[in-house]
Amino acid sequence: MTDDTVYMVPNQPAPTAPLQFDAALCNGCNVCVQICRTDVLMPNPQKRQPPIVLYPDECWYCGCCVEDCARPGAITMVHPLAQSVVVAWKRKDTGERFRLGMKDPPPPNTRPPAR
Amino acid sequence: MQNGQAAPEWPYPVRYGKETRVSADVLVLGGGIAGCHAAISAARAGASVIMVEKGHSRRSGQGGAGVDHWQAACTNPCSTVSPEEYTRAVADSMAGYDCGPLRYAQCRESWDAVLDCERLGVQIRDVHGEFEGAEFRDRETQLMFAYDYESRHGLRIHGHDMKPRLHKETVRLGVKTFDRVMATSLLTGHGREGGRVVGATGVNVRTGEFYAFRAKATVLALAHPRREWVFSTELNGGAATFADLNIVGDGHAMAWNAGAEYAAMEGSYDTAGGFAYIQYGVGYPDNTWYGCSMVDADGKPVPWFDGAGRELTSVRDRFRPAPGHKFMLIAGGLVGGVVPPEAAANHLDDSLAERIRGGEFRLPLYADLPSLPEHERRAIFGLMVGNEGKSRVPVYETYTRAGFDPDRDMLQAPLMPPDSYRSPHYPAGTSVPQWRESFGGGLVVDWDLRSNLEGLYGAGRSVYGGGDHSGAATSGRYAGRKAAQHARDVAEAAVDSDQLEAEKARVYAPLQKKPQAIGWKELNAGICRVMQDYCGQYRSDGALRLGLELLAQLRESEAARGYAANPHELGRILECQTILTVGEMVMHASLARRASSAHLDFARLDFPAVDPPAWRKLLPLHREGGEVTTRELPLDYHLRAPYASTYEDNYRAHCGLDDQGTAT
Repeated sequence: MTDDTVYMVPNQPAPTAPLQFDAALCNGCNVCVQICRTDVLMPNPQKRQPPIVLYPDECWYCGCCVEDCARPGAITMVHPLAQSVVVAWKRKDTGERFRLGMKDPPPPNTRPPAR
Repeated sequence: MQNGQAAPEWPYPVRYGKETRVSADVLVLGGGIAGCHAAISAARAGASVIMVEKGHSRRSGQGGAGVDHWQAACTNPCSTVSPEEYTRAVADSMAGYDCGPLRYAQCRESWDAVLDCERLGVQIRDVHGEFEGAEFRDRETQLMFAYDYESRHGLRIHGHDMKPRLHKETVRLGVKTFDRVMATSLLTGHGREGGRVVGATGVNVRTGEFYAFRAKATVLALAHPRREWVFSTELNGGAATFADLNIVGDGHAMAWNAGAEYAAMEGSYDTAGGFAYIQYGVGYPDNTWYGCSMVDADGKPVPWFDGAGRELTSVRDRFRPAPGHKFMLIAGGLVGGVVPPEAAANHLDDSLAERIRGGEFRLPLYADLPSLPEHERRAIFGLMVGNEGKSRVPVYETYTRAGFDPDRDMLQAPLMPPDSYRSPHYPAGTSVPQWRESFGGGLVVDWDLRSNLEGLYGAGRSVYGGGDHSGAATSGRYAGRKAAQHARDVAEAAVDSDQLEAEKARVYAPLQKKPQAIGWKELNAGICRVMQDYCGQYRSDGALRLGLELLAQLRESEAARGYAANPHELGRILECQTILTVGEMVMHASLARRASSAHLDFARLDFPAVDPPAWRKLLPLHREGGEVTTRELPLDYHLRAPYASTYEDNYRAHCGLDDQGTAT
């Protein structure tokens, strides 16, 4: 469905979009809403739907909402581009260069943090 | 709203003006690391406890997202450093501008505090044997040490879930916690400035409800100012500052208004503010990444040197003090300052900047994790980065999901002006010199961690001096215990209704929309500009007096037109009042110090002499009858009359523990 109407919309409150919700995985339990230190998130008026990211400009990027979420993958934290764009690494033996957010990234490293 | 629809209704019930009165023996303001430990400790000492937190105490505060290194555990069975040695080294590193009672209490109780955390389920040892055989692991205790493997005063811990576990314990102990409530003022006996602290007021930032908390003793655990000189959510959202947006110094402002005494408020240092990189997320060789090998664009290693200036030849040597030195201080709650030679840390080549300019090293530099021994690599990117505040999800999970593999990949260091690589904390980014961060000004306290006001105790960075996670935990523990013991000895306190009504009127004033209404962000940014220009890198009597006038005018005009559309904005605009008050505190403190100071990064154009001996002292200030009063206090006041002359004697006399370590 395409809506061809062009609206007057205010600018985003900040140039960043720190949290993405996967509506298929999120069950709207609102744990993230409950624990977010700066109240970035508001409960969705529609039950079982992902929260509303009302104040993206106040996100501290601590990742607690992701860590405390019972459904891995439901929330993804996305760093501000002005910070993530310079996160780069070089594979020591091949000299290949990679960066956070690149097109066609290498396969994930699935090793968990130290136990 | 984005599609031209009306804004959705506020999701929480709005109850402006509704007042709830609650009372307890002990009131803890702030539910971060210091606040949770204070609440737990007071409750264990038998007190009824109220805790008030602007965010949610399960994850709020600077330690809410985790902790990887636990400092000053001087009494752990493997440590070779005494509490007194550590306390003195930190004091020296801050040229004496550190709180002796708080630091010594930290060194005495840091190990006990982390054992407490272990009992709550936090993993503080290598129980799964992942690091078996590592030089930093003690076989018997399974403890793992950070940075200095010989003196073993700092621990590596799995603290990513520290805060949820502390929170759970506050619930178990029956602490009455008011989450989403911003403390707004202290209540004093008969509403008098300088009187006994008998409680506090608060407003719920979701519902707008008003609270009056009454208590026999109050612990201030609201950290220190962080939004005073720099504010812009346009740069990197709320990640533009080292602490989150909630942390503005509310405690400083409310205690100042009540007549509490503050020191070292004039100290500041330059901060990158919005230019900072992802914390713990770029290649560097210090703090969480301590000991990492750095190489240049051609793979040429950057040499390491020890604290005595001797070039190191092995990775192993980076983790032990220079010959003849007793121990190394690294990331030890230090702010600014210079580590004394005998505790100097190993570091990258001091002449790195010149050698980059001379073409010897080609940028970019890389953190060469693959070249490190397996245990060291895994300790940095696995244990430390997996547990440090703001690094488990933001760095470990995000980077590995994107394919980063520390066994094979070298993480790039940012491309910065060559001199920036000399800073051990360069991920904070390069800075604009007038963008400042508070050095660590705070409450002046005695050996009970009590302020000059009866019933008011300080914990964490509410108190002047440096601070870190274990400092917040131990001072919270100590202050909570002392507050509970005090509450046993004193009568119920009465709240002054006039003081309550006046505060209620102040809190709700921003709900009235006035002509030329102004929002919290613009107000914050405007105050910051005054601080940058009139109280920035360079200060002088004339500029500071003009600055004070300007802040007073802002308060009467723009701030009086501040408008809040909902309870969340109400909290944010009340924070701007805090920021105004803290600005005044900093300017008054700056006027009082009529000499420059390298230690405080404090440059007076009209008093250019740097650290003349006569000015090496604290200049505590407090408000009295509308005037600001200053006195002088020796840096080592805590070891002079009326106190005993040794740390040990003072601690024993005041700590509130018997010989078995049980609260008395």
